[in-house]
Amino acid sequence: MPYMQRDALIQASQFQSTAARTPPGLVVQQLSLSYPGNGSALVDINLDIPAGAVTAVIGPSGCGKSTLLRCFNRMNDTIEGCRYSGAIYVGDNNVLAAATDVTALRRRVGMVFQRPNPFAKSIYDNVAYGPRIGGIRRKRDLDEIVERALRDVALWDEVSDRLHTGALRLSLGQQQRLVLARTIAIEPEVLLLDEPASSLDPISTLKIEELIYELKHTYTIIIVTHNMQQAARVSDWTAFMNGGKLVEFDETDRIFTNPVERATEDYITGRYG
Amino acid sequence: MSEKLSYKQHISAQFNAELDAIKNDLLEMGGKVENQIELATEALLQTDSEPAEAAILIDRSINRLEVEIDEQCARILARRQPAASDLRLIIAIAKVTTDLERIGDEASKVARVAIKLAPVQSPQPTELRFRRIANHVNRMLRQSLDAFARQSVEQAVKVVLSDADIDDDYHSAMTELQQAMRTHPDHIEYLMEQVWALRSLERIGDHASSIAEQVVYLARGVDIRHADNEGLRNLIN
Ligand SMILES: Nc1ncnc2c1ncn2[C@@H]1O[C@H](COP(=O)(O)OP(=O)(O)O)[C@@H](O)[C@H]1O
Ligand SMILES: [Mg+2]
Repeated sequence: MPYMQRDALIQASQFQSTAARTPPGLVVQQLSLSYPGNGSALVDINLDIPAGAVTAVIGPSGCGKSTLLRCFNRMNDTIEGCRYSGAIYVGDNNVLAAATDVTALRRRVGMVFQRPNPFAKSIYDNVAYGPRIGGIRRKRDLDEIVERALRDVALWDEVSDRLHTGALRLSLGQQQRLVLARTIAIEPEVLLLDEPASSLDPISTLKIEELIYELKHTYTIIIVTHNMQQAARVSDWTAFMNGGKLVEFDETDRIFTNPVERATEDYITGRYG
Repeated sequence: MSEKLSYKQHISAQFNAELDAIKNDLLEMGGKVENQIELATEALLQTDSEPAEAAILIDRSINRLEVEIDEQCARILARRQPAASDLRLIIAIAKVTTDLERIGDEASKVARVAIKLAPVQSPQPTELRFRRIANHVNRMLRQSLDAFARQSVEQAVKVVLSDADIDDDYHSAMTELQQAMRTHPDHIEYLMEQVWALRSLERIGDHASSIAEQVVYLARGVDIRHADNEGLRNLIN
């Protein structure tokens, strides 16, 4: 949907609570992956990730959370010798199919990493970066996109008077929200967040969590976190992984009050593995 | 059938110690409440005020334990953010504590009735039924606490199902007391006391049953408070 059209829709629906669009869910089928010289990192993962909700992926360090996340936008393609099989459907399209246009895929499926990584440019140029590549040139259009994205991540009020100063001068928490603004400025449908708050202080962390809550109606969000309380706070669904396998997937309420698998129970209650 | 007994230890030894401490306090509180009911019912049945005084004295330490256990629950929730079985344990303990405290209150009421009735010779048409009801609720409490300690779903469900067994005795005793009031209008004051004691015993049975319900929640994560008998039996078959 073009940006102007989306704005018009949002304005038109200001007094209704109807979401402007419905993002797709993700279906993972028999996904396996191995890194060169490192054996299997993912083993036969089958998973239905619900649309327009937050799914948390939890599990011990090295269990394959980031690897799984990187499959959703084919980031693992950049790793030499990495092999995978299976299918991942975003809507009707199999992401893993050879014919997939990876650049187009990464516009649909945006990703935010643990360390905030804004470009060494102005705040404005960080957010306008994607839309400009997407062909938007008119200053008025770009201004609107930048303002909306910064408002969506609750950063506008803090930076509106210094949009043209360097992004790297922001605090870490602000940088991470800027990166999120940069990611949503090109209107992806799926957001992949890999421990997005783990380098932030508690207040910035809560702000990011609040954003996730706000954004989940318009995006399908998958968040990897090693912070179990964070998973419990922000997610609707939780996937617990161990040793490259999906151990249990269920509603977060269920996982955190009465998980089925003993391994899940031991992990979330902090018992010896 | 005891389940989930084979929990591994938490990585945090301190957390293990905190959970052990709160479980021990709960069982201590349960022991005191059991003791209190025994004394109160003995006083009532023997028309002896001495055990009744003792029962009322115990109430203070029960109240103190209730406050202490609540504080421990709040502290663990705030500091440990427990999940899964740990979370259910804390929730169950908080509820069981409330039930135990109420049982303590009811037992004190029975004890006060015993003290009032001790000096008078009022008719006791229902002594046998009283005794049966008292024994029954004592047993229910003991078994529900035992089920809690062992996390035994089977034993807990049996306690809940057995709550209905005192209904017959309870209603017959009430009817007999009403008849006695008609025959001995001059004893109405004392007979009313017996009605209160009877109702207290019945409520103790209800609380024991609700303790047993918490055992099932703790062990299986299932809420059986509004389950029918068939649903209950399915849990143990
Ligand atoms: N680029 C890589 N090359 C080789 N092995 C890797 C690479 N990335 C991750 N691994 C291995 O794959 C496993 C899963 O890693 P990862 O997905 O990063 O786990 P997590 O995010 O759950 O901590 C680990 O054993 C890790 O060492
Ligand atoms: Mg990782």
